[in-house]
Order: sequence, then structure tokens, then C-alpha cells
Amino acid sequence: MSDISYEVIVGLEIHVQLCTKTKMFCSCELSFGQEANARVCPVCLGMPGSLPVMNGQAVEYAMLAAMALNCTVAPFTKWDRKSYYYPDLPKNYQISQYDLPIGSHGYIEILLDDGQTKRIRILRAHLEEDAGKNLHTAGNFSQVDLNRAGTPLLEIVTEPDMNSPSQVRALAVELQRIMRYLGVSEGDMQKGHMRFEPNINLAITRPDGQFRTPIVEVKNLNSFRALERSVAYEVQRQLDDFLETGVTLQMGNKSTRGWNDQDEVTVLQREKEEAHDYRYFPDPDLVPVTTTPPWLDEIRSRLCELPLARQTRYVTQYGLSDYDAGVLTAERPTADFFERALAAGGEPKRVCNLLTQVGLKLAKDRGGDLSSLDLEPVAVADLAKMVDAGTVSATAANTILESMVATGKAPAALAQELNLIQTSDAGELEGIVDQVLAENVQAVQDVVTESKKSKKARGFLLGQVIQKTKGQANPKVVSEILERKLK
Amino acid sequence: MTLPDLTAIELREAIATRRISSAEAVAETFAQIDRLEPTVGAFLSLFRDEAAARAGDVDRRIAAGEPVGALAGVPVAVKDVLCTTFGATTCGSRMLERFHSPYDATAIRRLLNADAVIVGKTNMDEFAMGSSTENSALGRTVNPWAPDRVPGGSSGGSAAAVAARLCPVALGSDTGGSIRQPASFCGVVGLKPTYGRVSRYGLIAYGSSLDQIGPFGRTVADVALLLSVIAGHDPADSTSVDENVAPIADYLDGLDEPVEGLRIGVAPAFNAGAEPSVRAALEAALDVYRSAGAQIVEIDMPHLDYAIAAYYVIATAEASSNLSRYDGVHYGYRTPDPADYVEVYTKSREEAFGQEVKRRIMLGTYALSSGYYDAYYLKALKVRNLIRGDFVRAFEKCDAIVMPVAPTTAFKIGEKVDDPLKMYLGDIYTISANLAGIPGISVPCGLDENSLPIGLQVLTPAFSEAKLLRIARMYEAATDWHTKKPAMVQ
Repeated sequence: MSDISYEVIVGLEIHVQLCTKTKMFCSCELSFGQEANARVCPVCLGMPGSLPVMNGQAVEYAMLAAMALNCTVAPFTKWDRKSYYYPDLPKNYQISQYDLPIGSHGYIEILLDDGQTKRIRILRAHLEEDAGKNLHTAGNFSQVDLNRAGTPLLEIVTEPDMNSPSQVRALAVELQRIMRYLGVSEGDMQKGHMRFEPNINLAITRPDGQFRTPIVEVKNLNSFRALERSVAYEVQRQLDDFLETGVTLQMGNKSTRGWNDQDEVTVLQREKEEAHDYRYFPDPDLVPVTTTPPWLDEIRSRLCELPLARQTRYVTQYGLSDYDAGVLTAERPTADFFERALAAGGEPKRVCNLLTQVGLKLAKDRGGDLSSLDLEPVAVADLAKMVDAGTVSATAANTILESMVATGKAPAALAQELNLIQTSDAGELEGIVDQVLAENVQAVQDVVTESKKSKKARGFLLGQVIQKTKGQANPKVVSEILERKLK
Repeated sequence: MTLPDLTAIELREAIATRRISSAEAVAETFAQIDRLEPTVGAFLSLFRDEAAARAGDVDRRIAAGEPVGALAGVPVAVKDVLCTTFGATTCGSRMLERFHSPYDATAIRRLLNADAVIVGKTNMDEFAMGSSTENSALGRTVNPWAPDRVPGGSSGGSAAAVAARLCPVALGSDTGGSIRQPASFCGVVGLKPTYGRVSRYGLIAYGSSLDQIGPFGRTVADVALLLSVIAGHDPADSTSVDENVAPIADYLDGLDEPVEGLRIGVAPAFNAGAEPSVRAALEAALDVYRSAGAQIVEIDMPHLDYAIAAYYVIATAEASSNLSRYDGVHYGYRTPDPADYVEVYTKSREEAFGQEVKRRIMLGTYALSSGYYDAYYLKALKVRNLIRGDFVRAFEKCDAIVMPVAPTTAFKIGEKVDDPLKMYLGDIYTISANLAGIPGISVPCGLDENSLPIGLQVLTPAFSEAKLLRIARMYEAATDWHTKKPAMVQ
């Protein structure tokens, strides 16, 4: 038993819902939470005689995403019909892309736990229309809600390059971050904007040979946590199963399992991969798409620095910690805000602290991001400069930032108003220090004699001075004066 | 001359100048329908009240001096393959017998915007699959020239309605000849426009890359008028052509001007398969063009012999996909007592589709199946390209190609129903225009030994309808075949 080793092999199939204004082939607005069948028209209902018309915005979003994923964007692409009979599919065929996906052969870089990056290859990214939803809540018949039918989806297929549950999670998080940075998807997993379906198996090495376990596809994953845990669960389950039955990968023994979020187990859904014949053929109702060089250039100009690149740069260029850099680059509005504050002269670490300790919390409380607050990056830069100049303390700055968001006033005005301006005037402070020293003979004694209580006594004296100035004394300046006088 | 004999152009003049009212025209139309429809069976539905109301509205607006459309007050029939918000849209099928569309086809909207009065929807082969209208599940249409013969198909109802003077003009659809062949069989004019010229939005699809809506009339001018109304780009149809690329025109403009230096192409070997009376009529027609100063040039169309094979792969492949939505779950008839969920699909389709539709779905499904796609569908697409090439080369040598519409005149009802292959072979002369996407017209050019009409087919390059109509008009102006009437309306 101890001389067995295995490698985890995971590939992902990802459906990303693009946040276009309207559906893929008609002018219905995208829908979430509307009354069933409220966002439909003859086209997305597949009415007899209706015809699809391509949504150019969806194609451009897909091109942009493909570029960000380092894919080759097809110079010529087309639409194909994928046929299968299902109640949630109005036409009994789905308009998709078969042999000419809009993007192919790219990669995505993820950050590993040890700080190294790893490249996960992307096989293809193609556009398609979503199906509707079957509902089984009406007793002895089923209902179909077609609000979602026709929603543009970007289907991304990776190569099986992930080798641990945490790598799978990292890929998913990174992809979400990229899609949000590009503004092509809201990326909300709970709302089904991103659906991850891992294909998992193990390469097992034992003295008697090498074995591969049957591939399992896991569905029904509604969070990153579920995704990561389902992979971990499958790894153990497949290992146990192999040791017990010895069944290995064969043609046709791929199965589908559903994730049960309550019990944190996968449950068998479909035993064997059915031999589907989707009878793909080019959709004669749509014209092919030629991505001309000027069009590609225009789309490429919309690309931004991607999150992982930014995160790495924040560490190397600004000396931020990995953690802080990760927090600042998690959402594009945060990173953009941060950089605008730096452009206005804020010191990186100082601005970072203000944003991570106060700004993001306030934004979160209000259910938005930094850009939704009544707060200008230049004002945060001003506040950071005030801290650096010793005008206000770091603690006071946090208070001021809160008030800035609440009142919209400038930091300098608030510092005055709230009496938070530090006194750094050595002359003025000297008098107060003398007074405190006179009033606390015992503490002075402790310091001077360097008794066991010396350190504590120093702190006490400093505190007394700060207190006398109602917190406005610059602690750094006070410490210097104390140091000098107690020599 | 009685009112049913008036052309659409004469009728709109009479209505516009208030010599007769649209209400009278419509009433007279329904009187004619009452007389002859029990024999002809051209219609699947009639809109007496709606038509009367529309006619009254047009009359009021004309009386008030308000502007009216190009077909103001003119009765029009439309094939039941076009979606209308009024009445059912059945496609001649049990499957859609009770289907009521929530929207109007673009062509229907354009008719209504032109103030046409739609009097009814006409019979057709089920889902436009057939060449005799015998495949309709909902009615039987006969040829007004010989009630024991078929009117042709699939737009047999529209052709018969125009031939029997039930209305002056009608719309049909043509996937492999479904306008031109029934026009030929019924002795009327029928035009299949260039693919992309008329929006397909609201045309229930059979073969999407081949389907095209077009007009029937008793004169070339009436067909030109109707085309002017329905042609044009439609943002709802991606395959409808940008008017900047292929401008549309008022096709009546300059219609009577002969084409100078006209060169007519003929492929004698290809035409040899037609029966003698048809070949004789074609020869006579060529003489008419010669007399009008045209030069007749021989052309070689080496790939047209493969047109039928290619067509029945491409059209059926597309049909198998287009018709998959009729499953009892989404659209169409639902079997009353399914044992399970799969039976809803299988039994609904089994019970509501006719034999020919099932045959074509099977053919198309097979052609698209994994392992057969390359051998059938892909090969057929290659043949299609070769046929396009034949036309491109031919049109370097001539302005128009003339050939028969069908190898025979109207055949007897029941004659070919049990022999689908024989029926398919009758499409030999019409199918190529659909595969190449070019426009084609059928104009009356003779009567055979049984006094059955013969049609002359003229084909021109894509988007040259204006020229096509002028060339057809040259022939019509020099002959009187278009004035011949079936016995039942004499």
C-alpha cells in the first residue's frame, strides 16, 4: 500500500455568461430572477419562421476574452447547429460553434501556493446560446422557463493541466477575475454566470504498473469551495474505488456525477457516456464572421493589464505584500482606484492601507465597489500625504476616510473639524512633556534607573502626553523629546 | 372584361381613381371564390370579414385623399407557409393545423403596409415538400385547366387561385421550384427572386439556404409590382441582402423597354430530357426572342445533371433540423395519450407528419449523421459550388438562360404519389436556380396537345431581377399565351 503513488489530472469545461445587453440572437434583454417566460420573443422561443440575428457585442466580448486567454482568434468563424431533443431547447438544436471556435490554443497563468505561476493550456473558447430551464415543481408535469434561452455563453475548455484541487480553484478564481476585469461577465457563480465542470481522473503508479482511473465529470458546482472540495472528494473516491475494484479508464466508461453541497459528496448521475451524434452542420440562417485585422486591433486596444500581471507588479514595483497585492487586484475597480491614487501622489503602502483597512470595508457595507463610493482617488492620495507628513496619525486617517465617504468633504477640512491634526511642534510639546515628567516622578524614576518597569513606564509617559494633547501629539515627536529628556 | 379578369395593376388604378371601390373588388373576389373554390380547392383559410374591413378602410382613405400604398385595395392570397397574426399558419400539415403565429412574416407586413387586402391563405404541399400539392394534409387543390390534374407544387394553391381568377396575385415560396413549376402547370407567371432579395423572416423554413418568397400573377407587370412591395433588406433576416450591395428598384420602371443586344443562353443537351411538346414550345419561344433581335448562344452546363442529387441532400438535411422543433413539446400537435416522455416526441411526430415529410426528415438526418456527413452533405455542398460555377461561366456568354420549367405539363392527380423518385426527377429544371441562388421566372409559353399550359423559364444572374423581368416581358409582349384562360373561367 505504501508503494503506491498517484497524480491528479483535472481539466475544466467552463461556461461563462457574457453580460451583453441583449441575448445572443435576438433583442430580448438578459434575465435574472424575472417571472418565468417574461423575457422571450419569437426568436429565442424558436417560433416557426423566426430567424436568429447575431449579437455583435457578444462576438466582441468573446474576441476580447479569447485575446486575454492568449488564444488565437479565428480569422473566420461560423455558426453551427448542434442537434439534440430536450424540453429546455426550443428549436431542438443549439446554435454553437463546432469546428471553428472563435478562440483556440491559449493559456491562462495561475498563482500557486508557493508563489510560483503555472500555465494551464486552453484548448478552445467558443460562443453559443444557452438553453432554458426545466422546472419540476408543478406536480405530475414539468414546466419550462425560457428566460435564459438564448443567453450568450462563452464555453472555455482547458487541457487537463491541473494537478490538485487547489490548482483547480486557482484557475477558476483567476478566470473569474479576468472576465470581470475585461467587463465581459459579471462572473457570479451563484447566479450561474460561471459554471465549472471538472473532468477528473488519477494516474496511479504501483509496482505492478501504471493505471488510469475512469474520467468523472462533476456537475452542479455553485461555488469555488464546492469546486475545490468536489475535486478533493473525487480524488479520494477514485483512489478507493480503484483499490477496491481495479477498474481503469476505458472507452465509454466516463461517468457524470453531481455534487451534493449538503453532504459534500458526489453522486452518480449518468453511468456511461452516451454515444451522442449531434449532427453538427453550419446554420444556414446566419452568415459567417470574418474578424478583419482592423477589427481585431480595435478589440485588442480594449485589453487591459490582466489581474495576475498587476498583482505581481504591485509586489515588485511597490513592495506590497503578496496578500495586499492580491486584495487590491481582486476586483478591477479596486486596482484602478489604487493606481489613480498613486498617480495623484499617494505613497503605495499608505494608500494600500487606507483602501484595504477602511475603503473596501465601506464599499462592501454599501454593497458596491470603491468606484461606487462618493470618494475621489485624489482625495485618498491627499490623505495619505497627510499621514506621511505627520499631519495626522495613521489611526486618525482611518477615521477621516470614513468621514470622507460619509460627508464627501476633503480630508484636510475633516482633520480640522474632527480635531485630528497632530501636533509636531517640538516647542509646544516640550512644555507638555515637562509637565508630565513633573507629575509622574515614580515613572521617571523607573525609566532613569532602567528598572524592570522601564519599558512600561516609557509607554505610560508617552500615553500621558498624548492624552494631554487630546490625541493630537505626533507620537514620533513626543518619543524623541522623552528620549532626550530622560537620558 | 369582368372584374376577376383585371390584373392587380388595372385593379389598383380602378380603385385609386374610384371607378370601383376596394369593397366591391373584394366582394367580387369572394363571389368568384364561392363559385369556383369548391372545385379548385386553392385555399386553406379565407378572411371574409377582415378583408371587407380592410377594403372599407382603404376606400375611406382614398375618398379622404389620404396617401395609400402600392397595392391599395387589391386582393392578395398568400401561401400558408407565411406566418400571420390572423388565422392559422398550418404549412398544410396536421402538425401545425392549430398553430396561430403571434407575429407576421416580414413579407406579410410589407403587403399590409402597401394596403393590400389579404383574402386567404393557400394550400400547399406539407411544409413545402412536394411538386403537386398532393402532400397537403389539409386540402386538395386541382389544376383549374383540368380538374383531374395537379396544380403543381408546393405553392399549388397560390398558382391555382391566380389561374382561376380567385385573386389577381398571390405569394408563394420556392425552395426547388415551388413557385415556377406550379406557375407553369397553371399557366400563370411565377417569380423566384434571388436568394436574399426577400426577407425569409416568418417564412416557415424548409431548406433555409434555398427558400425564397416570390410572387404569382397573370402578367409579368403584376409580378414586378408585387416584387417591388416585398423586396428589400430586413434586419431580422441576416441572409437578406444589404440594399447598398444590391439595390432594389421599382420593378415596373422601364419594364416595357426591351433589352438591347440581348444574348440568350441555351443548353440543348440538358433540355433534351423534356417531353416533345415542351421542347417545341421552347424552340418557338427562342424564335420569338430571335425575332426581337436577340442572339441565341449555346452554353454548356456540365454539372446540372447532379443538381437533383445535391438538392435532395442539402434541402433534406436542413429540413431535418428545421422541423425538429415540431415535437409535441414545443410546437405542433401533441399525441393525446403518451406512455412516457419520449413517446410525446415519437408519437406526436409519427402521428402528425405525412409520409413525404417523414421521408425527407429521414434522408436529411442520415445525410448529417456522423460518418456520413462528408460523403453526403459535404459532397453535396461541393456539387452546389460547381453548379454555381456553371452559371457564372454561362453568364459570361449570355444575359439570360432559357430552359423548360418542368419536363412535362401538369400530370394526373395520383399519378406519381407512389413514386417519389419520379416526382423528384420532375424538379430537374428548377432546382439549379435555388442551388445557385439566382432569380428565375416562369411565363406561359404554350399549350400542349391536351390544352395544358407550358411554362418558359428564364434565369439571370443574382440580383438582376429588373433585367429578368424585362426579358420575360419582351416575350410576353410578343405573344398572347398569358391571355389564355382555363375553361372554368371562360
